[in-house]
Amino acid sequence: MAESLQRREFLARGAALLGVALVPVAVATPGEVDLEVAGLFGNRPILPGRVTLEIPPISENGYSVPLSVEVESPMTAEDHVTRILLFAEENPQPNIARFELGLRAGRARIQTRIRMGGSQKIRAIAELSDGSLWSTETFSIVTLAACIIQ
Amino acid sequence: MRRRLPALLLVVASAALADTRSFVDQSDLPAEAVRSGSVFLTAETRALQADGFANPGYLWVERGGELFNDGDKVCSSCHQADALAGAAARYPQYDAVAGALLNLEARINLCRQHHQELPPLAYESDELLALTAYVANLSQGRPLTVAVDGDAAPFFEQGRAYYFQRRGQLNLACNQCHDDNWGGKLRGDTISQGQPNAWPAYRLEWQTFGSLHRRIRDCDVGVRAEPHESGSEIYISLELYLAWRARGLAVESPGIRR
Amino acid sequence: MSTTIRIAAPKQASRGEVMELKALIRHPMETGYRRDPYGKQIPENILQRFECIYNGEKVFAGEFFRAIAADPFLTFYTVAVESGTLEFRWVGQDGQVYSESVELEVV
Repeated sequence: MAESLQRREFLARGAALLGVALVPVAVATPGEVDLEVAGLFGNRPILPGRVTLEIPPISENGYSVPLSVEVESPMTAEDHVTRILLFAEENPQPNIARFELGLRAGRARIQTRIRMGGSQKIRAIAELSDGSLWSTETFSIVTLAACIIQ
Repeated sequence: MRRRLPALLLVVASAALADTRSFVDQSDLPAEAVRSGSVFLTAETRALQADGFANPGYLWVERGGELFNDGDKVCSSCHQADALAGAAARYPQYDAVAGALLNLEARINLCRQHHQELPPLAYESDELLALTAYVANLSQGRPLTVAVDGDAAPFFEQGRAYYFQRRGQLNLACNQCHDDNWGGKLRGDTISQGQPNAWPAYRLEWQTFGSLHRRIRDCDVGVRAEPHESGSEIYISLELYLAWRARGLAVESPGIRR
Repeated sequence: MSTTIRIAAPKQASRGEVMELKALIRHPMETGYRRDPYGKQIPENILQRFECIYNGEKVFAGEFFRAIAADPFLTFYTVAVESGTLEFRWVGQDGQVYSESVELEVV
């Protein structure tokens, strides 16, 4: 963690000389994601499986990373996905997005584009109509840009 | 602060490694070596550019289309959109009436002043970016073919000289990265040839759409040189040299770039 | 409020069909972490919510945080149940509403 903070501060300082700069900020940690998840779901069990999360293994920068999440579900009145939540372990904030679906979604699949403040694990949690929680996580690398301008 | 120096050195060292000569080789990139910047992107970024819906550059193309047909005396009352297909591929172009070399942005602004009696739009303003994106997109797929003879010749020479001039605290000329080391690595990035055919483009680092001149300013700042104003004669001249150097490459605007 | 919005939705669908919907909106999703060229902090400005309303019924929604990329893009699905209107709305942090509607014919 210390190294990551140092790197951010260094990037921000280098950038301050040259115009657009990052404001030094703390980063979320796996612990913060856990806290956030505990705040949302208490001590309900979160099981591995049913969720597929696709992010490119390597991105050339973290400003707009394509993300696709799909939950295996028949999407019937008895058995459907109600929520899909996305978390980032190393972004300044642990939350990425919280999606609300319903029976009428027909298919529990979402694609979007996210920001990643560095290489990290992205976690997805799905809540089903029976109250069960399912989860997966994917590690993705963000490479460093050539010229230190920003 | 401790860690900035090694990173800077890394940038200088990796760019200059292959070229320890004290002079700059001024031979133009051979036509058969020309590659669009798309080639140097990841498959995901290329896919985003190719996606006619998800490519965010189309937000500017769409807005440009609205502006093109908007107002008392609209662009479309003189120009049929179809007739403008291919026009952007021939810019920058010398204009005898203005007595100046015009790029697409300058042409649009001149049209506004002379034919619409409207004030020119600020460079990099949303409206000018949108109109330029719309007009450039009408030429998508057309090969770049600019005239560099006659009245355009002195501008071409000026732009070419800029390209081969070492500058900034890093003392680098454009060609040292983009002719001598394209395909090589600069930290995590693959060095491109610095081709202009996808511009105006959506640049991920900016998290928005921008002009070729804004991109060139970033290169000048990158080598720690004083950048010129967007829309300045020197940058339009450089744009002419770049367009000639890219001759035959298809217009890709709205491109997606890193 | 005005901005540029692009929607990709079928004009016609069969009853019961699962339709793919795509939405793209021009918005900086400014995180509040960046500074302008003069060193001044650029204030946070993000869209906080997205909703898709199908004939008055909310069929999909999302809460956005700063990690959603600029010019937010979404693909999601909904079942075609009846002809009518699909409204796509985004709500900014200060309550600004941006919306676009498309008509759907269900056969």
